[in-house]
Amino acid sequence: MARKIGDVILEVKNISLAFGGVKALTDISFDVKEHEIRAIIGPNGAGKSSMLNCINGVYQPQQGSITFRGQAFRHMNSRQVAEMGLARTFQNLALFKGMSVIDNIMTGRNLKMRTNLFQQAIRWGASEREETEQRVHVERIIDFLEIQPYRKTPVGKMPYGLQKRVDLGRALAMDPQVLLLDEPMAGMNVEEKQDMSRFILDVNDEFGTTIVLIEHDMGVVMDLSDRVVVLDYGKKIGDGVPEAVRSNPDVISAYLGTTH
Amino acid sequence: MPTTFTRLMLDHAAQRPDAAALREKDYGIWQTLSWRALATLVRELACGLADAGLQRGQHLVVIGENRPRLYAAMLAAQSLGAVPVPLYQDAASTEYVFPITNAEVAFAIVEDQEQVDKLLEVREQCTQLRSLWFDDPRGLRHYVEPGLAPLDALIAAGRAYDTAHPGFFDDEVRKTQPDDVAAMFFTSGTTGNPKGVVHTHRTLIDRAQAGAKFDKLTSAEEVLAYLPPAWIGQNIFSYAQWLVCGYVVNCPESASTVGIDLNDIGPTYYFAPPRVFEGLLTTVMIRMEDAGAIKKWLFHHFMAVARRVGPRLMDGQPVGALDRLHYAIGRIVIYGPLRNTLGLSRVRVAYTAGEAIGPDLFSFYRSIGINLKQLYGSTETAVFVCLQPDHEARADTVGVPIEGVQIRVSDSGEILVKSPGLLKEYYRNPAATAEVLTADGWYHTGDAGFLDAGGHLKIIDRAKDVGRLVGGAFDAQMFAPKYVENKLKFFPFIKEAVAIGDRRATVCAFVNIDFEAVGNWAERRNLPYAGYADLAQKPEVYELIRECVQKVNADLAVDEKLAGSQISRFLILHKELDADDGELTRTRKVRRGFIAERYQVLVDALYDGKTHQYVETAVKFEDGRSGMVAADLKIVDTKVFPALKRAA
Repeated sequence: MARKIGDVILEVKNISLAFGGVKALTDISFDVKEHEIRAIIGPNGAGKSSMLNCINGVYQPQQGSITFRGQAFRHMNSRQVAEMGLARTFQNLALFKGMSVIDNIMTGRNLKMRTNLFQQAIRWGASEREETEQRVHVERIIDFLEIQPYRKTPVGKMPYGLQKRVDLGRALAMDPQVLLLDEPMAGMNVEEKQDMSRFILDVNDEFGTTIVLIEHDMGVVMDLSDRVVVLDYGKKIGDGVPEAVRSNPDVISAYLGTTH
Repeated sequence: MPTTFTRLMLDHAAQRPDAAALREKDYGIWQTLSWRALATLVRELACGLADAGLQRGQHLVVIGENRPRLYAAMLAAQSLGAVPVPLYQDAASTEYVFPITNAEVAFAIVEDQEQVDKLLEVREQCTQLRSLWFDDPRGLRHYVEPGLAPLDALIAAGRAYDTAHPGFFDDEVRKTQPDDVAAMFFTSGTTGNPKGVVHTHRTLIDRAQAGAKFDKLTSAEEVLAYLPPAWIGQNIFSYAQWLVCGYVVNCPESASTVGIDLNDIGPTYYFAPPRVFEGLLTTVMIRMEDAGAIKKWLFHHFMAVARRVGPRLMDGQPVGALDRLHYAIGRIVIYGPLRNTLGLSRVRVAYTAGEAIGPDLFSFYRSIGINLKQLYGSTETAVFVCLQPDHEARADTVGVPIEGVQIRVSDSGEILVKSPGLLKEYYRNPAATAEVLTADGWYHTGDAGFLDAGGHLKIIDRAKDVGRLVGGAFDAQMFAPKYVENKLKFFPFIKEAVAIGDRRATVCAFVNIDFEAVGNWAERRNLPYAGYADLAQKPEVYELIRECVQKVNADLAVDEKLAGSQISRFLILHKELDADDGELTRTRKVRRGFIAERYQVLVDALYDGKTHQYVETAVKFEDGRSGMVAADLKIVDTKVFPALKRAA
């Protein structure tokens, strides 16, 4: 592999998050290095999506700090996080169902556009030129994800596995430095999972994008990721390379259950 | 005048340098390659290949979809007097071993990672394979393999070589002669190793020209190249005829976008095997089922008009003024939009070949104004042997012999062909060559058939399958099982059929119903059934199939040579014929001999005049278990018509 894992790019320190009396995350710390594929795993309700939401700026943790390229962001909203170069996909697809694949991915380019709403509504002059420029990026993503036959298909009419691919495409459209994937393989059949794994590896390889992914399927995680964080009941119970995590007794008991 | 492919290409580049030669959809936009740009590309590739060591007479393997740079690679090899060998891009890696070792191929140009992976897999078995270039670098960045390089590197090397050796390319082109070998196509043998069919520039160009002249093709045609380039048909339509006529060949984005690309391009010259036409029609029919009531009514009304009037209009027969008007309205309301949806609105000439096409399917396309025709030919004949003239297209013939072709029917009923387009030989296989090519230049097609009264060739069956009737009203008449079976299978209710009759007085048949179609039919009639075997034995279903069989009989009776092949008795099998049980080949052809043996008791019952027969059959289930299926099968008689002499 030519891709080299670099320095720490994203650092999560002592994060705690509570909803009223429910503690979703307790004192979580881990880091993500540049160009690596970092997985967050754990049983249902372990706090994986909450963790991602904290990084993404959707939730504001009560304690702790998140540093991206040395810059701490405590009170940032999702848009500001996105502008810093973090993109994400969602566990339960949040695509525009009635819009075509092209338009959905184009929305991911929105942050790169300079024309305002009024100009875009008239779609003439600068705005038209800009759309053409952005379309080139969109087409590269369509080609990369092999969804050429569906350019003009409304996303709601496509099979689930392909919708997930479009979701990934929209996140990629932002040219992110870090890509946050929330259960990219959930609800997929084996073939779709293989395809998605291939695309994740390709994204990481071709664009050098750092990837943080949440996943349920242990097999997929172990094959894909460089390092794995394991959460259970909002606490970190393991962290390390896949082999180390696999043999960690706490992880085994969290996943398989033990007789207490 | 005899010429070579490279010279044809260079002529186009000299005469119309800026005209489009090839188009490829890339990142959603059709990108055009002009003849001038193509000439430059070919020159650089040829110099690069020469620099890498490709010698006159050596072979270059080309594997991939239809891609402009792969076409250029074939031209480059031909410029040097080397021989491009296109191989099927969907073949398994092991299938490449024989062609590569057989022709001692040292060089290969392939499309992408998939093909590179396959060739690397078999590299140990193909030790002579030295250099491997790929067109699309995606996913290949980290591959470190001796001799593996991107096509761009070859082009860059070629550019340098060209500068260092000016005049080299032109000399090589001049040295290449029309009778030099131009290409080799491997035919998939059903038994044994595939055979490399060797063609020269002369054979391919001659047939391409004859076909182009027959259909008056010009440089204004648009063609969509979407079938495998390793198949000679694709090579003739989008390579040989492309260079002869100088029209535009369009390469689709990917195999899955062909439908969309077809619509973008609107080809004027189109080829597809029957299954593609069938698929298109099915899509239309399914969409019509979901359409609103008015649309549906319009569709059915005007399709009825089209069926009555359309084929006669296409064949240039007289049609009444009222019918003409009715059809003209239909063209505005239905046929035009339908042709447009299919992506066929600009088609001037469309061909189908490869297997028998159903008369309903064939006339559907002709009735909406698409000039669909049939042709006859094979890899060994450089395709064009017989073509249907514009106004004489019929579903059951394959056209008249075109310029340069002579046809003779041997005593055994086999069709023999003499044409300037015949293969030079099978590569390194003189025994196989001698088997099909006689000393005086006749090629044995292996097909049985005859020329009808109008001079049209009619193919009946593979020659080895044709039998004879013995005794009875049609004594000594030929019996063509596949011809009869195909006629039965054109009915949507019949999935498979097996005709029996060789060395017998009459013909009988086994029928397999199409479970989906007949099941659907039964449900609409509130006819309950428990499963396949139960449905197959319903008296109503027998009645349904009897009607189909009688229609086939009526059809056969018209043909005096085949009237004896009418089916006098039939039964419906209790199980589907299955490749797992050895009854079909993997490509779904019925294994007649095996079936006759396996169901000997049923064959006897058919000829003994019994009305039913009990049978037990061992079957293999999909999970590997085996079991027995037993049933008491009804046997019924059908109406047989006296042979009619056709008036025409």
